[in-house]
Amino acid sequence: MGLNIIVLAKQVPDTRNVGKDAMKADGTVNRAALAAIFNPEDLNALEQALRLKNRYKGTSITILTMGPGRAADIIREGLYRGADKGYLLTDRAFAGSDTLATSYAISHAIRKIEDVDLIIAGRQAIDGDTAQVGPQVAEKLGLPQLTYAEEVISAEKKKLVVKRRLERGVETVECPLPAVITVNSSAPACRPRNAKLVMKYKHAKTITERQNESEDYIDLTADRPYLNIEEWSVNDIDVDSKWLGLSGSPTKVKKIENIVFQAKETKHITSSNEEINDLMKELIANHTIG
Amino acid sequence: MNNVFVICETEEGKVADISLELMTKGRSLANDLKCKLEAVVLGHNLKGLENELYPYGADEVYIGDDKRLDPYTTLPHTAVIVELFKETKPQIALLGASTFGRDLGPRISSALQSGLTADCTALEIGDHFVKKENKEYKDLLYQIRPAFGGNIVATIINPDHRPQMATVREGVMKMEVFDKSYEGKLNTLDIDKYLKPEDMVVKVIERHMEKSKVNIKNSSIIVAGGYGMGSKENFDILYELADSIGAEVGASRAAVDAGYADHERQIGQTGVTVRPKLYIACGISGQIQHTAGMEESAMVIAVNNDPGAPINKIADYVITGEVMEVIPKMVKYYKQNTK
Repeated sequence: MGLNIIVLAKQVPDTRNVGKDAMKADGTVNRAALAAIFNPEDLNALEQALRLKNRYKGTSITILTMGPGRAADIIREGLYRGADKGYLLTDRAFAGSDTLATSYAISHAIRKIEDVDLIIAGRQAIDGDTAQVGPQVAEKLGLPQLTYAEEVISAEKKKLVVKRRLERGVETVECPLPAVITVNSSAPACRPRNAKLVMKYKHAKTITERQNESEDYIDLTADRPYLNIEEWSVNDIDVDSKWLGLSGSPTKVKKIENIVFQAKETKHITSSNEEINDLMKELIANHTIG
Repeated sequence: MNNVFVICETEEGKVADISLELMTKGRSLANDLKCKLEAVVLGHNLKGLENELYPYGADEVYIGDDKRLDPYTTLPHTAVIVELFKETKPQIALLGASTFGRDLGPRISSALQSGLTADCTALEIGDHFVKKENKEYKDLLYQIRPAFGGNIVATIINPDHRPQMATVREGVMKMEVFDKSYEGKLNTLDIDKYLKPEDMVVKVIERHMEKSKVNIKNSSIIVAGGYGMGSKENFDILYELADSIGAEVGASRAAVDAGYADHERQIGQTGVTVRPKLYIACGISGQIQHTAGMEESAMVIAVNNDPGAPINKIADYVITGEVMEVIPKMVKYYKQNTK
């Protein structure tokens, strides 16, 4: 029995390499100024989905992402690794959403997709580290949530069994499907791109992307519908815009600061034997160590 | 009504340290706001637990004692707390940024349509003025956290939604008894009133909890390695130094992400906050993400080949050189001088 799986993925700025010009005056992130990557734990989530696809014949994987037009990149990335389909939720009305407004939009997009058995997301995204969207989506859909998942053990006969990695141990839990799972970075890494799938999907595009391309590509999509990445705006999902974007976000950014370290009186030492010997003597003498 | 609420978690039959840290913070916020401090504990066999909370200044303690609430699963805990919050209408609700709080917090906030800020490093009371609407908000909770990979510090507020919810990592707030003989009131929750059969769909089949082997939080000396260590193997010399001087080994997030060290050794905003008497930072550049978790160390020694590393600004001693050369020398001269 095949499963209908949605993988929630996010394109994130690579926060490990951030310059000072990356923040806008309103406190939101200027994503354009940064390299955009597939959120690492969402790749762990995709791998869990791919393993289920290998195991249960007829399983299909849909990548759902919300973001600007260029977030279609991560849908293609998912297709290259074995996903079957993608939806890009993109609209200016989503801009400035906090986790709650984001969950509202995503949960409504999921409702538009029929017969979903399982929703798998990364535990958290590296740009916010909140780990909130997974549980908030689950709540909005009225589904059970299994967070901190390390392995989906089985998903048969409408029953899901998952191993969770907690701070101080592991736990195996079961619940009925459909359900929401969020996956930890301790889960297996995602498999690499598959060369054949890269060939198959490299021209997969959203309608907006196709409009910027030559007509050849438009014809190509007519012949090969799998090359269409669905693009949804606010009008395609049944939402009330007051719950979206800044107006739908209970949390507001009041202030952003760059922290300036208070200068301390610092002693500078080289790596010479004498200086390190002196330092160790000093630390021992003043009972810092030993 | 309108009080400060702490959602407590238990560990081995006691109120967890993180919850007592939040009680300490909650008491000071409640004092600023001139309101009460309330606490809720859910689980099974909780008899007498309220007595652990009163000394931290709990005015009201709600205990829900039922075997359906242990071990923890999301849905029944959410059901009870959401209803309890509808009844008690707290203005602030705090949880630990533990696997418990990070599972439960967002679920509750989504059900109540209230905002939640994760991993706060400071909580303060302050006002807010919206020019456009000429509207003043008094006594909001400033939820302060490093953001964006630790490159900035953001102050988050929830002007219009209650409760204002925040999670805080263990060790960030100090744990301090408020008044040994403080007397609060116990409220026993009738769990049948809150739970529906559909809340019980998740079953824990198996559970292995182990005591954390690593105790960096309570270690007086920490040798921490960063991405600059270069490999997991190179971390071995940090263990060697730690062994000889009686320290514990910590790691920056970058080092943990790179697989050089276990997650439980991570120090910083998304790891543990530490206040040792000596912190030896090896190959750590010193992003705010990391320094937020160690800047209160009494003494910091930074070992780095980059003389411009930000960590140097908060270090008492800066050793500029290659870690793989400096650390073995520290071991050697420590041993020589203590013989």
